[in-house]
This record gives sequence, structure tokens and C-alpha cells, in this order.
Amino acid sequence: MKRMKWVALLLVVLFVFSVALSGCAPKTQSKVIKIGLIVPLTGDVATFGSSIQNAYNLALKQINGQVAGYTIQTVVADDQNTATQATAVATKLCTQDKVSAIVGSATSLTTIPISVVCEQYKVPFVTPTATNTKVTVDNGVRKTYAFRACFIDPFQGTAGATFAVNNLKAKTAATMYDQGNDYSVGLKDAFDQAFTKLGGKVLDTMAYTKNDTDFSADLTKVAAEKPDILYLPDYYQKVSLIGSQARNLGVKAIFMGGDGWDSSQLNWTAMDGSYFTNHYSADDPSPQVQKFVGDYKAAYGSVPDALATLGYDATQIVLKGITDAQSTDSTKIRDAIQNLKNFQMVTGTISFGPDGNPVKAAVVLKVSGADKKSTFAARIQP
Amino acid sequence: MAIFIQQIVNGLQLGLVYALIALGYTMVYGIIKLINFAHGDVFMVGAFVGFFGYTVTKLPWPVALVIAMVTCAAIGVLNERLVYRPLRYAAKISALISAIGASFFLEYFCSLNFIFGPNYISVTLPLKVITWIIDGVRITNVQVIILVTVVVFLTLLQLLIFRTKLGAAMRTVSFDHDAARLMGVDVDKTISFTFAVGSGLAGIGGVLFGFAYPEIWTFLGVMTGLKAFIAAVLGGIGLIPGAVLGALIMGQVEIMTAAYVSSQARDAVAFAILIIVLLIRPSGILGRNEPEKI
Repeated sequence: MKRMKWVALLLVVLFVFSVALSGCAPKTQSKVIKIGLIVPLTGDVATFGSSIQNAYNLALKQINGQVAGYTIQTVVADDQNTATQATAVATKLCTQDKVSAIVGSATSLTTIPISVVCEQYKVPFVTPTATNTKVTVDNGVRKTYAFRACFIDPFQGTAGATFAVNNLKAKTAATMYDQGNDYSVGLKDAFDQAFTKLGGKVLDTMAYTKNDTDFSADLTKVAAEKPDILYLPDYYQKVSLIGSQARNLGVKAIFMGGDGWDSSQLNWTAMDGSYFTNHYSADDPSPQVQKFVGDYKAAYGSVPDALATLGYDATQIVLKGITDAQSTDSTKIRDAIQNLKNFQMVTGTISFGPDGNPVKAAVVLKVSGADKKSTFAARIQP
Repeated sequence: MAIFIQQIVNGLQLGLVYALIALGYTMVYGIIKLINFAHGDVFMVGAFVGFFGYTVTKLPWPVALVIAMVTCAAIGVLNERLVYRPLRYAAKISALISAIGASFFLEYFCSLNFIFGPNYISVTLPLKVITWIIDGVRITNVQVIILVTVVVFLTLLQLLIFRTKLGAAMRTVSFDHDAARLMGVDVDKTISFTFAVGSGLAGIGGVLFGFAYPEIWTFLGVMTGLKAFIAAVLGGIGLIPGAVLGALIMGQVEIMTAAYVSSQARDAVAFAILIIVLLIRPSGILGRNEPEKI
């Protein structure tokens, strides 16, 4: 009985508090706009989620939570980096919370299901970092409410080829890629095409499979062909392995790759002097980047990674859309985002192509083996 | 021409690593007529133990090599004791299935975060790579180390099998368990010893593999083990010279396919060899074609 009493007392106290608090809410509040934020806050890529959320909060803080005369109310949802959870939370945001626009999510795995839901309920969303082409276009059909702040995979190949020809004055190249990985194949195709178009010659294209460890046969051929560039569009562990074998077999070519190289686990000694394309670099001298890095450091005490930076940009796109539309109407915001022209963001100036992908610059980083880091080398305009 | 010789050197390096693994397959098959599918994973454990030995604990690499060898020998013996011995006189298929089980156990157990973890690890070599260029052909000190190690341990193995009592016991057991027992040979002990030697060689193979192809992960043993198994079958499973010959051929075939046909075809060619050998000459290159006695 005694416990029952305590529970009853607790309930009464809670009730009184809730009444008191609800009385505190501003009664004059007339204009509220709801923005959804879908990010993985738990699960295998939880750090992606927290980076994006930090950047989102920073962007809102800088405008005091007000946009176009509305007070922003954020609805945060955790997609746990699973497709089913992403569908569930996106549906909830669109139907129950009735958000006007959504920022999210981090990976293509969850963003593709979100794009289907958003298309159904006509709510625009901007993903910071989902690079798969299917996020905005599926089977040639444009998902009209889907946008992203990052470039898509194939663009990196084009940017890499441009850098090789214009900055490194390369004439010849060879490529090695993982035939079972869409990312690798996409970058390779784009690089080969652009490199040939810019007047270079692709001497050899070699495929391997994910579990291969011996590349000596292919690399002996490369050593004999002596290309200026060896393009390696794969993730850091595989390119490290290829890189060290290549140097042992006397390959003198400059190695190049994509954002899959961006890891502290890269074999710095073997990859010394190589270049790779990326979304952003914290030591990019552009004033936008330096200002953002400073603001982020002041707020969170660490250098923002690419996810945070693109999360910030995705938030800016949504806010700009609302400002231009001067409305909480989802369709009007969608049209405003689609019509953005030369909008200045941290990672570059963007305009949206008809497919919802931004036309923007890529950054090229140079690998320095001595201090085990990669530094800003160039910015490649599309 | 230099390129062709370079490719032969590449193939030799691959073949020598295969040889160390193939020996374990062939020895175990020779003595208990079992294909030990967990053998490739013992090889993987060797690669990791060696790696942790010369990076984390900073041991000189030859010491790490010996530790890896001993660890793998212990795992091989334990595996035999726990998984194969209870099934030794059961149907062949039961032993084969439990071998596959042991293989999966080693792969997934080692993938746990507190063992080796599921990630790919870039190996930092414990020695500086020195390259000699002879007429345009590049040979590294790592390749020389592999060659010397393999030759030394092959010689030791030959001496062990043909010059010692234990070797004589192994040869006896491989002919007939019951007859060996009647001659006073401790069959269980001899089989354990065979597992220890085979697994120890795989451990050495693992460490050398880490030198030659500096990237390791817990599923490393699957493909490499299968290729070494094909090498053992090609040479004639159960025969020690056959395993070495088969491995050297496999290394050359893989590299030459990649170099002069297509790098996408190398695995297809490797497995095609297995099928062709099984169809045309199941006893392998050095094996005698004997009708099965019933």
C-alpha cells in the first residue's frame, strides 16, 4: 500500500508540473515551421549521425532558430542505418508531424527508402552525403522531391581526370578497379571517359575481385607500360595493398583515387605523393571553409569532418528554400530548392541540375607520407 | 623478356606460399584420408599471430615466426583432438562436415572484436624492403626470405619423414591404422603429431603471406586455402612432393593467366584445373592410378 501512495504522489506532482509548464508556452506564437532531421544516431554509422546533427544544430543556432519569420521546430528521428527503420520514421515525419522539409539521411542505404516515402507525401528532402545515383533518379525517372548536397560517385572520376590532365599534365593512365563494386566501377568509367576526352590515353584497364591479394601480374604489366597515372578507385585498405606492391615492382606512376581513400588507416608510406578527390578539406583556404571550420571548432572543439560539413550545407539548402518560398508549403519549398542558382555553401557554389544533383566543385587532396595526412591541393570546378 | 621472367618470379612467390599450406592438406589427407577444411583458417591465425608478434610486441620477426608456428601447431592439435578424433571411425561425410564447422568457427570466432576483429589490417613490414634489379627483373629481399624459409622447412620435413622414428610411424599409419597399431605405433599420437607439423607449416605460410601481400583479415584463409587445396589435388593429394609441385604450378598458372589472358579469369582457371584433374587424373600428377580396393 505504501508503494501505491508514493506512485500516486508522484503522478500528482508530475501532473502539476505539466500543467505549469504548458502554461509557460508562448501563446502569441503564430508562425511555426517544422523541419525533420533523419540521421543514424545509433547503429554501425552512429558517428555520421552525430556529425550531421551537430552541424544542423550549429546552422540553426546561427540564425537563432528563425527563418523567414517562422520559428523552426525540429523533429529528430533516428533511422539506425536500417532501411525499414528509415521508412518508418520518414512516414511518421510526413504524416504525423507534418514537417515541411527534411534533412537526411547519411547513407544511400537509408536515403533511397526515404526518397520513396517523401515522393509519396510530397515532402522535399536534402541528403548531405548519400552519393548513390538512385537517391534522386530511379530507372530514368526523377524523384521530384529528392535533393542532395554532395556530388554523385561518377563526378569524382571526371574531376580526377581533369586534375590529372590539367594540373599534373598527365598524358597516359592505367586503371585498376573492383569489378564487383558499383562505386569502383562508376569512378573508373567516368575517369576513363573524361581522361580520353581531355586528350589523354588510357593504356590499360584491369579488373580484380574484392578478395584478391596478389596484384603482381597486373602491376608488372603497369610497370612495363609506364603510365603517368595509375587510377585506383577503391577503399583505403585495397589501394594501400596495391600501392605497396606496385612500388615494390617498380611502378613509378602517380596514384590517384576517390573519397574511399579518406581514412587514417591508409598506408601513408606507400601512397606518399598520391592524389585523391574528396568533398571537402579542412585546410582549403577558401573563406567559407575557414569560417565554418572556426565556427564548428568554437562550438564543438573539433575539426568538422566531411559529414558535418555536408550536413551543414544540406541544412543551408533547406533554409534557403524556405526563405525563397516564404511559406511552409512543401511543394513551394521544393520548387524554391530546385530553382537555386549559384548558392554559396561551404563546399562550393551550387546550382541544381534537373536530376536533383548539385553541380559543384570537388577538392583534390595530396597524400603526404611524412606527416601521415592529406592536404589540400586543388579545387576542381565542374 | 624481362617482363616474362618478372612474371615467373611473381608466380614463384605465390606458389611458395601455396606450397606451405598445401603440405598441411596433403599430410593430413595422407594419414587419415580427411580433407581438413579448417586448414586455411589455421593459416590465417598464423598470419595474425605473426603480425601481432612483430608489430604489437615488437619481437624480431624470426621469433614471431616461431611463435606463430607453435600457436598454429597447437590449434591444429586441439582441432584434431576436439573435432576429428571423436569422428575418426564414423562415416567420412561426418568428419568432412565437422571440418567445415571447425573452419566457420575459426573464421567467425577470430572476427570477434576481442580476438582479431572483423576489419582489414594493413601489415607494416618488420624489415625494410630491399629491391635488386637484375637485367630489368626486380627481386626483393622478402622474396628471398620466402624462398629460403620454404627450402629450409621442406628439407627439415623430408628429414623428419624419412630419417626419424616419428617419420617412420607417420608413414606406417598412413598405410594402415590397425597394422600400425599391431606394430606398436601409437596411432593417436602420430596423427596428432602430423596435425602439429602440417599446421605449423601453415603458420609459417601465414607470416610469409603477410610479408608478401601486406593486408590480412579473418577470411583470408578461405580463398588462399582453397587454392592451396587445389594445388595439393593437382600434385596428387597425400604426396608431399606432389603438394610442392602442384603449388608451384598453381602459382605460375594464376600469374600467367592474369598477365597474358585476363586478371578476371585467374580464379576461373584455378577452379577449372580442379575439375579437369578430378575428371582426367583424380590421383594427380605424381599419384599412381590404383583401382580402389574393396
